[in-house]
Amino acid sequence: MVEHTYAATNAVVTLDVPIPQVIWGWMITLNMWAKSIGTGVVLVGAYLLARYNDSTGESVRKNMPIISFIFLNIFLLFTLLDLHQPFRMINIFLHPHWTSAITVGAWMATVFTGIMFILSVISLKKYILKKECNLAGAYNTLLKPAVILAIPVTLYTATIMGEATARELWQTPTELVQMLLAAFLCGSAVFLLIGQKYDYEAKRDLAIILGLSAFFSFLIYMGEYYFGHMKAEEAGATIAYVKEGGLYHNLFWIGQTLAFIIPMVLAYISLKSKSSSLMMLASILAIVGLFIAKHVWLIIPQLLPLS
Amino acid sequence: MKLGFLVDLDLCMGCKGCEVACKVENKVPLHSWRLRVKYVDVGTYPETKRTFTPLRCNHCEDAPCERICPVSALHYLENGIVNVDKDRCIGCAGCMMACPYGAIYMDPVTNTADKCTYCAHRVASEMMPACVVACPVEANIFGDLDDATSNISKYIMQHQKGSGVRVRKPEKNTHPKHFYVGSGEVHLNPLASKREEGYSLFNKITHLDHIGGE
Repeated sequence: MVEHTYAATNAVVTLDVPIPQVIWGWMITLNMWAKSIGTGVVLVGAYLLARYNDSTGESVRKNMPIISFIFLNIFLLFTLLDLHQPFRMINIFLHPHWTSAITVGAWMATVFTGIMFILSVISLKKYILKKECNLAGAYNTLLKPAVILAIPVTLYTATIMGEATARELWQTPTELVQMLLAAFLCGSAVFLLIGQKYDYEAKRDLAIILGLSAFFSFLIYMGEYYFGHMKAEEAGATIAYVKEGGLYHNLFWIGQTLAFIIPMVLAYISLKSKSSSLMMLASILAIVGLFIAKHVWLIIPQLLPLS
Repeated sequence: MKLGFLVDLDLCMGCKGCEVACKVENKVPLHSWRLRVKYVDVGTYPETKRTFTPLRCNHCEDAPCERICPVSALHYLENGIVNVDKDRCIGCAGCMMACPYGAIYMDPVTNTADKCTYCAHRVASEMMPACVVACPVEANIFGDLDDATSNISKYIMQHQKGSGVRVRKPEKNTHPKHFYVGSGEVHLNPLASKREEGYSLFNKITHLDHIGGE
């Protein structure tokens, strides 16, 4: 029970129509999760390319665009499937409404996916099929706009959440940071999983990125968990769903533990012990846990009655 | 011209005539409502009272639904009505996530967003919205807020004292154009009353498991 009633009024709804509850469900969670991977590998990959111009760099050049392209397509597919009129998606391009973060995001994500498609073709031909590729020279040129675009593409969902005025819990500034950290968390986790042959220095850097992203993400969630209820009645009522006795209390803590607490501890231990297997475990848990953490955060504000 | 709505809750007797008139006029499908009357029981027996609150779109001046709609399916008419273009709507449900009043639904027949339009088609023909015509006690007052001599403007002026004229969730900064006279927290704040799942007065208090068509 999240309502804050008084004994004197003892107010109870006795006649009403059924009202919608969860409007954006697991498909939107999958959308955000896949986008974090699709953009995160580009942001972290760009760092690795700038820092390591050796076999590690070559591996990143090969894998980064392909992984990004696959997860961007998962993100776009589920965005489309979640629409009640998926064939009208074209209206975003024919009748764009620029005050909507959905419109701005769709345009940027389309351009970003286009760039990643070209980079993937180059990577496939040059590194996997070992064939001549006429576009190979464009790789570095396209990488720059890709890295720049990866930032707003990963961030725009935070603005959509901010524009969802009905959901007091989601505040754009906090969600922006959370989205960026999720991208870094996923990006570093993916490279730790596929980069078993990377130099130790690269793996160390990735473990540091993973650990710090997990730490700061956890910090933000805990800030909301302990202090969120002070902002507004609706935020307090929403947070109650993850507090002790709340409907999503257990799932919230499973998500926090898998996505942030265990990975940051494992990242720290792996840096001390130079253990690649611990880094891999931290990465798997972070990626799985992030889905749960994001899902809980997406669902709880939708459980409140709005009228 | 800026059209607005006012409901005098001291007059409303919860007959649901407005709800039915709206359903018929706008052919609103089953499981969907543009306008609904919520009953909230207040007090402890024998000191109890039943309150009635008609709830519809607020046609906000800074409408979050209009702002978030990616294709301008939700748009303003010149008279201030927030209208819906169902042929353009892509069904992203962004408007449903944005509306702080839960006033938008996903039409299960067309799979597009829909809501109260203050009967824009009737207004265009210089007729009153169906709910206004149906109300037996004239609790619904509709008119031009820019015109100081309109009925709604006079009503707002006459009811500045006492509980005054209120809007829902003013803290959301949406500037609603739908006002209430004789309202209290239990009428306008959904968190001020318990909404317990299960059978109640005449029906089952529950929520929709699915929005839009299958």
